[in-house]
Amino acid sequence: MIHLLWLIPTLPFLGALILVLTSSSISRRAAAIIGCSTIGLAALITVLIGYEFLATHTEAYRHVAWNWFAVSGLSVGFSFHLDALSLVFLFVITFVGFFIHLYSVAFMHDDAGFTRFFAYLNLFVCAMLILVLADNLVLLYLGWEGVGLCSYLLIGFWYDEEKNGYAARKAFIMTRVGDTALAIGLFMLFGVFHTLDIQEILTQAPKLWSPGTQTATIIAFLLLGGAVGKSAQLPLQSWLPDAMAGPSPVSALIHAATMVTAGVYLIARMHGIYELAPLAQLWVGIIGAVTLLIAGCSALTQNDLKRVLAYSTISQIGYMFLALGIGAWSAAVFHFMIHAFFKALLFLGAGTVIWALHHEHDMFKMGGLRKRMPVVYWTFLIGAGSLAAIPLVTAGFYSKDQILWLAWASAKGSPWFFIAALTGAFITSVYTFRMVFVTFFGAEKTHTAHLPGKLMHVALMVLAVLSLVGGFIELPHTFGHVTLLSDLLHPILPSTVLRAGAESSEVLIQLIAATVALSGVLLAYIFYIVKPSLADEIGSSCFEVHQLWYAGWRFDALYNLLIVRPFVWVSTINKRDIIDQFYTGLVTATEYFGKTFSRTQTGVLRWYIMGITAGAVIILTLSLFINR
Amino acid sequence: METVAVEYGLILAGTLFALGLISVLVRRNIIFMLISVEIMLNAAGLAFIVAGARWGQADGQVMFIFIITMAAAEVSVGLALILQIYHQLKTLDSDAADKMKG
Repeated sequence: MIHLLWLIPTLPFLGALILVLTSSSISRRAAAIIGCSTIGLAALITVLIGYEFLATHTEAYRHVAWNWFAVSGLSVGFSFHLDALSLVFLFVITFVGFFIHLYSVAFMHDDAGFTRFFAYLNLFVCAMLILVLADNLVLLYLGWEGVGLCSYLLIGFWYDEEKNGYAARKAFIMTRVGDTALAIGLFMLFGVFHTLDIQEILTQAPKLWSPGTQTATIIAFLLLGGAVGKSAQLPLQSWLPDAMAGPSPVSALIHAATMVTAGVYLIARMHGIYELAPLAQLWVGIIGAVTLLIAGCSALTQNDLKRVLAYSTISQIGYMFLALGIGAWSAAVFHFMIHAFFKALLFLGAGTVIWALHHEHDMFKMGGLRKRMPVVYWTFLIGAGSLAAIPLVTAGFYSKDQILWLAWASAKGSPWFFIAALTGAFITSVYTFRMVFVTFFGAEKTHTAHLPGKLMHVALMVLAVLSLVGGFIELPHTFGHVTLLSDLLHPILPSTVLRAGAESSEVLIQLIAATVALSGVLLAYIFYIVKPSLADEIGSSCFEVHQLWYAGWRFDALYNLLIVRPFVWVSTINKRDIIDQFYTGLVTATEYFGKTFSRTQTGVLRWYIMGITAGAVIILTLSLFINR
Repeated sequence: METVAVEYGLILAGTLFALGLISVLVRRNIIFMLISVEIMLNAAGLAFIVAGARWGQADGQVMFIFIITMAAAEVSVGLALILQIYHQLKTLDSDAADKMKG
């Protein structure tokens, strides 16, 4: 069964191909069946392969589909590498992807671009699968750019509106900044190792470099640049909130569950390099910690339901980066998985609400949806509980608690990381339940146009179940001590080194984390249910701060001032491109001569004969003189 | 047998060639232009014959046969073209056929 690995990315690709080629003639029903069944089959094959992989205790499986190209020593294959890390990502991408596809059938039902939507979505899944299955960095880069392209296409899916097009371009260009750093990093890796095979690089690196070598640090920082761009971390985070211009299933799949975590995957995959570059790894943690705080603060002040979730995604990926930075590799992957479940669920829930209320994004105009849409309410509540890490019952608690504890107890951790993560956890639960209370409680403010159907409910409920039970595959030492995921990942990702004497603190930290999460919910309850006027009072008394956070710490304004304006200024000056002048001159001269000499083309035969005669005479005369 | 000096033969050929060329240039009737071209061809042929006689080689006469063959082919094509021109323009004036002006 495992030899069918190549089918997993191929099936969605075939789906995309069929949908693109037949887009004008195919019915909606057929498009939906093709779009969903290819992903469904891929998910099925993933299960079978996963079962065989676990049953036979395979460490890694390599499948070379064909040789892509070979140039002077660099041989790049279309070859896939399956190990525990890519298996976890495969599971999440195909399963969450499948349910989001199902959901989209209902969500996009009346859209004119129905077939186009599924073609893009299938292509995205294909690119994402290539990204996580690639056994060399060139193929990984192909998938990396492929998901970037699909993200661009899907953010600007409703291109009739100008602002959606701008959002798509912003996302594309800002991630491209990171991608450039990644590309340079790949060039440097090739310069050092003369290969781009990931496994070979990881085995050779410790022999070649001692920890802290300058080249290793530079390469690690360049790879981090790529990861930061893709995963919307500081300083390239400002594209993600605008990316919410795309349809909600897109936000769920690309901008929450899968693509934005590609940075986490890259760093986890190249963890060997980061172990040799402690400085870069420290910065991964710092970037994660700072990002999770600033994005959390921004999420507190947003009114647009999807923007709250966007900032929350940035913040949760910040947690994953923090985990990577402290060497808690499997904790980062664990949180990635759980986050994919509950954030996809939240986005789909938000999408349903927005869809039901005639594309109303402002949650202060919603309210009272608890009774109108009970299934959506309960699943959304589960997702929110998981995001806020409500203790014991939700999966989010286990994954976040692991990061919190390791931020304190890991040898690379520090109290600062711990405090940042804890503050972030508090902010998270406040804004999450602010969202829940404002949207689903209180009085109904907008009339619900249509209620969600079965397909939407199925997708929501499955993801809700995953958000609840997903956490039980990895339980802390203090109760249960289940380590399914970290055991699975152990051959690939080293386990975290703990600080001496830190083990005893686990219970205490769990209690603190639980208290913080619950007090965040309580605070949101007081502010938005008990005394709704309180929030407005605080908002107006700290107006400046509120505005700053609302605008995402004004990073957009800063980049406008530092980069966009100077660039526009230079391009205005150089409107008539200096280098172009030479070529324009060449064209003008050619045109001038052409016009002049075309006058000799009179069309009168005798003039031509005259010309030939004169030419013959001149040449003959010349030849006489030259021979002498 | 008295032979004519090479110079006379070449001068005759040159004169004929010049006459043909001039009449090609000054005539506007296409049939006359075609005849003038024939004269030029024959002038060239005569030059070959004279040169062949001077060196006592048969090559000159071989070339002349070539030229006659080519002239026949050329005339057949040329006459066909002339017919077409007349058919299209209702005139034989070569200056009237100046549609290919640059």
